[in-house]
Amino acid sequence: MFSYCTDPDALDRLRWLSCYLTTGVHFSFYLSFLKVIGILAVTAPVALAFGFFGAMSARSSIAPVSWLGKGYIAVVRGVPDIAFFLFFVIALDQGFEWLRHQALCPDWTDPIRQGNDFLVCPQAKLPLGTAPQAVHQTYAFGLAVVTFALVFGAFAANVIFGAMRAVPKAQLETAEAYGMSPRQTFWRILVPQMWVYALPGLSNLWQVLIKATPLLFLLGIEDVVYWARELGGTKTARFTAYPHGDWRMWYFLALLVFYLFMTWGSEKILSRLMTRLTRGQATTGGEAQRRGAAA
Amino acid sequence: MKSILLSTVAVAMTATLALADGHSVVRMGTEGAYPPYNFINDAGDVDGFERELGDELCVRAELTCEWVKNDWDSIIPNLVSSNYDTIMAGMSITDERDEVIDFTQDYFPPTASAYVGASDGADWENGVVAAQTATIQAGHIAEGSATLVEFATPEETVAAVRNGEADAVFADADYLAPLVEASGGDLVFIGPDVPLGGGVGMGLRESDTELKEKFDAAITSMKEDGTLNTLLVKWFGEGTAQY
Repeated sequence: MFSYCTDPDALDRLRWLSCYLTTGVHFSFYLSFLKVIGILAVTAPVALAFGFFGAMSARSSIAPVSWLGKGYIAVVRGVPDIAFFLFFVIALDQGFEWLRHQALCPDWTDPIRQGNDFLVCPQAKLPLGTAPQAVHQTYAFGLAVVTFALVFGAFAANVIFGAMRAVPKAQLETAEAYGMSPRQTFWRILVPQMWVYALPGLSNLWQVLIKATPLLFLLGIEDVVYWARELGGTKTARFTAYPHGDWRMWYFLALLVFYLFMTWGSEKILSRLMTRLTRGQATTGGEAQRRGAAA
Repeated sequence: MKSILLSTVAVAMTATLALADGHSVVRMGTEGAYPPYNFINDAGDVDGFERELGDELCVRAELTCEWVKNDWDSIIPNLVSSNYDTIMAGMSITDERDEVIDFTQDYFPPTASAYVGASDGADWENGVVAAQTATIQAGHIAEGSATLVEFATPEETVAAVRNGEADAVFADADYLAPLVEASGGDLVFIGPDVPLGGGVGMGLRESDTELKEKFDAAITSMKEDGTLNTLLVKWFGEGTAQY
């Protein structure tokens, strides 16, 4: 990176460190932080949408739709995350490839399952075998988002389902008395009021989601924990210009600071959101705000 | 103008056809945490003996290759489900693995595994010995009288000895040698070297016979003209076993 980095052995401590921290491999490490933040930014809204529709269908008066919603909530919440990540993602990937295989290679005669091997025709592979590594990584990223959204969507659905039931019955009855249809009651009265009950549960989920990102390495995504382990490991002088001992502690310390910072930041944002959502609500919080404003 | 366009299209189409045929890009899976076999260099690329050897094999077999990193734990399942096409990760040829995947002929002679401890007196026979999960070394310790502790990465097995969690670590002698050399006396070789496994080979899916033949032929040609020996000496030093 810097011009004086050609002979790291001859450098003083500070300069050595500045060279060491700007090697190509360290940029992969820095990039992985963005990757984690990116995954969170995409997953959270998608999971929330899954949760919302899950809760909506669980509340449905049509029995099969309600079973579907309740089944989704119960099954996904019950399965351990790691099992879900290992099994579901591979199954999803193979499912896509199987569908494409049926559509694209109708005259393929070889069996798809040969012993342990799962073999579809080359045109059906996802991503194509010819695709550059970047496409493979994007695909893995997409799979990760879908899986995270599905798992956390089930938890969010349960939280939102509970929040919808916490809205005072009197509010809904009044809406009905004013002549609102069930659909109007739902969108105009129930949904705006339920967020304040859902937020504490959802904020918990968000914090858990932040900490769950190391599971990504199971899907082949090189996240911050992978790089911290790799970079912190002992490096001998034969294989690197920057030999060092076991520095994993320092790298994990950096991760600790990163995760604490994320938690602290989201805590701030969530408490602001809570104040905003409480305004005008028939809760003790809303009542306190009203009194505060009046006094 | 039109004919130029048409011929461009024709060239483009034949190019796609050529690409669609079988293994146009061979994806090479490796661990990237086992120097000198394979590791990540300062620039962030896969480097090491297997990188250099694999690239040369691909040139000789006239294949386009691309390197992919994968955790050691799931390196065989991901090969089998076609996430990549080969494994070059210092993987010894054993009967158990051969039941699930196929191997080319060995490109590294049967390896010596060695014990490393914090001092000469460390008890490698009946003490606590660290080894990487799902390796031949872990299997060997499990059969003996020592207590086995397994770790997911090679780095952690050595760290276990440094911090006193284990009395000794049992791994490929070639992996341990640079670490012992750089430790300045903190780590020492103890006990006898143990020859294990049937040499290191490239792993492939059992159904991928065509690719296996290509790589087998390339390895044979490198053994015959001595380039494989040159690579072995370059990465493992003069004393290493050669073909």
